[in-house]
Amino acid sequence: MVWDWAFVWSILPELATGVVVTIQATVVGTILAAIVGLLIAMAQRSRNRLISRPVQFFASFVRGTPLLVQLYFLFFVLPDIGILLSPLAAGVIGIGLHYSTYMSEVYRAGIDNISKGQWEAARACNLSERQTWIHVIVPQAIPPMIPALGNYVVMMLKETPYLSAITVYELMNAARGVANSYYRYFEPITLVGLFFLIITVPAVIILRRLEKQHSRFG
Amino acid sequence: MSTAISNWSGFLLLLLDGAWVTLQLTVAGCCIALVGAFILGLCRLSRWAALRWFATAYIEFFRGSSIFVQLFWAYFVLPLAGFPLEPMATGILVLGLNVSAFGAEVVRGAILAVPKEQFETAVALNLTPYQRMRHVILPQAIVFMLPTFGNNAIELLKATAVVSLISLSDLTFQAQVIRLQTGNTAVPFIGALLIYFVISVIISRGVRHLETRLSDGLDVTKH
Repeated sequence: MVWDWAFVWSILPELATGVVVTIQATVVGTILAAIVGLLIAMAQRSRNRLISRPVQFFASFVRGTPLLVQLYFLFFVLPDIGILLSPLAAGVIGIGLHYSTYMSEVYRAGIDNISKGQWEAARACNLSERQTWIHVIVPQAIPPMIPALGNYVVMMLKETPYLSAITVYELMNAARGVANSYYRYFEPITLVGLFFLIITVPAVIILRRLEKQHSRFG
Repeated sequence: MSTAISNWSGFLLLLLDGAWVTLQLTVAGCCIALVGAFILGLCRLSRWAALRWFATAYIEFFRGSSIFVQLFWAYFVLPLAGFPLEPMATGILVLGLNVSAFGAEVVRGAILAVPKEQFETAVALNLTPYQRMRHVILPQAIVFMLPTFGNNAIELLKATAVVSLISLSDLTFQAQVIRLQTGNTAVPFIGALLIYFVISVIISRGVRHLETRLSDGLDVTKH
């Protein structure tokens, strides 16, 4: 088992096509998770228990079960009831929903940190519920959440290989493809690991710095 | 086998077989992770720079490269380097090594969260470093660690599903077997999801129970 650079160069273009899909899935998944996560956090705060309880249960159910099985569910069960999704769409929805339940916890903590005076002031200014959320609460709650949300984006990136299990041709699948056709596993799988390290290590360092800044000013 | 699958109890038995493998992976993985987390967490706080650097490199490596990649690496690459491992041993080892990197940060954070006066008092009482850790710092720090350890254990449980892709017949694998043999999709996957959820609820309840028991008699303000 010797590292073969010539082989590495020859498989890089193939892996690059996988990287594109990996990044697409992460970006779209992040947008989905950020939006759905906020909706979940708001629904959990609802005074109507018929809304807050089921949403709460859904979130803890999704958090307590493996992403892989959730992806299988979306990929195999939904077509049976007439919902046809492309593998990438099912994958993005799966990973986005999974992480929305994590992000909702970040939002919840961020919203709880907004002082009561802000709510009261918004009411005193005669803002509607909607206006209060959009113009008062959300703009103040989001900046301190960015490091925690960023951490989940990094985690999402690292979990995109799960999408290979439902035939999405992302980086891991591309690597397994070339590994199987040349019967060389060492370089392709190591390269996938390196790709994640190259992105996650600097990202984590930046996020840690951001976190320190917020705790200093917060 | 086909007769067993032809009825509902057959489904359930297959899933429970898988759940047993999942449970073994989870418990054994958690044991390795727990030991690893304490060793690495203490290394991070060590006086010796070499130990600190080793622990930091280990933690960043295992947290930064996906567990999915680590498992495939251990399963496909290590045997080529002359380390053939059983799938079960590979799974347990990778899960344990990976989660210990997450746990190490918890151990470190919890030890640092113990008030400084506790260290100083222990020094003033002339306790050795070992006694200080064992009898003063850790009993208090463990209470801080437990909630996050519970979450880590649930993350480990969820990560066990990956082993189904390296031919181990865990819960996820059995759900796939049922799908392939019967064509039914909803029953196996909803069944598997429910079993996973029950296990994670048991873990979180158990950890919460342990937390109240261990914080008895300690003057700890709950976070």
